[in-house]
Amino acid sequence: MNLHEYQGKAILKTFGVAIQEGIVANTPAEAVAAAKKIQEETGTGWWVIKSQIHAGGRGKGSIIGIDQRGVALAKNLEAVETIAKNLIGNTLVTIQTGEAGKVVNKVLVAQDVYYPGISEPKEYYMGVLLDRASGCNVIMYSTEGGMDIEDVAHNTPHLIFKEKIDPRVGLQAFQARKIAFNLGLEGDAHKSMVKFVNSLYKAYDTIDAEMFEINPVLKTSDNKIIAVDSKVSLDENALYRHSDYALLRDTSEEDPTEVEAGEAGLNFVNLDGNVGCMVNGAGLAMATMDIIKLSGGEPANFLDVGGTANAERVEKAFRIILKDENVKAILVNIFGGIVRCDRVAQGIVDAYKNMGNINVPIIVRLQGTNAVEAKKLIDESGLKVHSAIALQEAADLVKQVLAV
Amino acid sequence: MAVLVNKNSKLIVQGFTGTEGTFHAEQMLAYGTQLVGGVTPGKGGQEHLGKPVFNTVADAVTKTGADVSIIFVPPAFAADAIMEAADAGIKVIVCITEGIPTKDMITAKSYLAGKDCRLIGPNCPGVITADEAKVGIMPGFVFKKGRVGIVSKSGTLTYEAADQVAKAGMGISTAIGIGGDPIIGTTTKEAVELLMNDPETDAIVMIGEIGGSLEAEAARWIKADGNRKPVVGFIAGQTAPPGRRMGHAGAIVGGADDTAAAKMQIMRDNGIHVVDSPAQIGATMAKVLLNK
Repeated sequence: MNLHEYQGKAILKTFGVAIQEGIVANTPAEAVAAAKKIQEETGTGWWVIKSQIHAGGRGKGSIIGIDQRGVALAKNLEAVETIAKNLIGNTLVTIQTGEAGKVVNKVLVAQDVYYPGISEPKEYYMGVLLDRASGCNVIMYSTEGGMDIEDVAHNTPHLIFKEKIDPRVGLQAFQARKIAFNLGLEGDAHKSMVKFVNSLYKAYDTIDAEMFEINPVLKTSDNKIIAVDSKVSLDENALYRHSDYALLRDTSEEDPTEVEAGEAGLNFVNLDGNVGCMVNGAGLAMATMDIIKLSGGEPANFLDVGGTANAERVEKAFRIILKDENVKAILVNIFGGIVRCDRVAQGIVDAYKNMGNINVPIIVRLQGTNAVEAKKLIDESGLKVHSAIALQEAADLVKQVLAV
Repeated sequence: MAVLVNKNSKLIVQGFTGTEGTFHAEQMLAYGTQLVGGVTPGKGGQEHLGKPVFNTVADAVTKTGADVSIIFVPPAFAADAIMEAADAGIKVIVCITEGIPTKDMITAKSYLAGKDCRLIGPNCPGVITADEAKVGIMPGFVFKKGRVGIVSKSGTLTYEAADQVAKAGMGISTAIGIGGDPIIGTTTKEAVELLMNDPETDAIVMIGEIGGSLEAEAARWIKADGNRKPVVGFIAGQTAPPGRRMGHAGAIVGGADDTAAAKMQIMRDNGIHVVDSPAQIGATMAKVLLNK
């Protein structure tokens, strides 16, 4: 589960991670009030107004129809108001949002942290994530902050460092020191970085995070180390022990059809293609999408109906798939193991009849226990449904249907 | 004999008296698996499905001589169940549970390191040695006895592969569902290695998914090991968009190396017979193994 920057920073702060201070605002008036409050608290006279959406590349992205970047510096209160007006309620397009962009509902009004001082400000990168191969968490960091870490990995891989955390003992003091030294820090900045790393990992471990990305981590001109941005993702499987964080979910950032499917217990991902599919099992569902592509179509979705493909679930799944007007055909692919194919077939027939007229061709492939009886049931139902038993037959039927 | 489980395996069920545990215990008994009892803390001393229930895995091992365990415990308690099985001396631990927090699995996996046991899963369909022992939730009848081994991250896709292999005139020795989570006990390479060394297996079907580097690691090992047995491979998720999780917690394309295309290329480069279509697994295996 992804969090907004302001939510992530608020959590980090509770673990003692120093952050760029800011206040979230829902309206331009709230933004101005927030700017005044931050001025009182931090003494800043400049503010950074940051769009709060679940996508990166906000600084370089722009608002549709207005000359406005997704993150902008305001040097007076009028500018705070103007920028907030330009952002809130409008659509921001970044390299991660796709062409459609995302509507900005909130902005974070933050203190300017690039103020002049005794030393030059310097940006770093720091992430915490799972290293799947070793089964350990790893702190990944780089001297090259403020840019896309995938580019850094590609162009200058020697500037990316990794520190594996042994799960039996956790993060050790020497590791935090090593990170600070590798980043070339000394004096107060070194001490601040050691504290930053320790607090950051403590936060990651305690809240059951799945990924942290702090880019940039900033050494300010007065040698503080602070998180200027935060990308925090939580392990959904562990949310049961963090009910307060579960409330931070912002469903307006998610595809509404995916949210609806999730509430019905269906595992669904919306895609751009023209052939919908309904499958039992995640691996077979991905394989079915691949079959659609090989048959000349493009998958319109990923949908795992799970083990109980009864009439109610099948109907819900059909309704969700058919919300997409691009869908020209639907392929149902069920391998009936413990669940009997004739029961699933009956569920499909009942759902179909209950829904009345379905205007796209449906291909039903049922394999496994009672597959032959299931095919017979579909064939004799009088519905416009093509049936198959072997997977290759189903693939051929998709090709046939798309050719019409 | 095949690998991991066979007719001599003595199985206990952790989470024995729950709905899932009960249903699948019945199915495994019906298959002929030597199920000797189960564990449900607090219900020790009772009998369930005609088998003894114990409070702890240690008790169950002492009283029954069990060496294999299957776990149907809810996600919040499953990592603990894995560690309890390892502590009690169980040799093969099969964890079916889906949705275990990653942090718990990091702990469990590090607890298991150096112990004389093997974890299969979690979030997997289990292991079946055809006509000998079913330690999982798969439909047993699909796995016709034969000499092809299967290693797979996915449940229903494993059944699909077994069915195609059978319909193409061959059968299955042992099928190992390794699971679709980011942290699993037995990797693709380790499972393939077991089958490579199994005298009752002549060829292997290796089914992977987008995300992670397990298939690439296995492919490189297969070549380094001298391509001793033919391997037919498939990677699900050629059409999956990057950054989206496709059902399984581990099935997510993070970088260029864990796409289906990249994995398939690595597999081809290492002498694996890769199929683009999952409908061609059986036919390709027949071509490779039977020269059909």
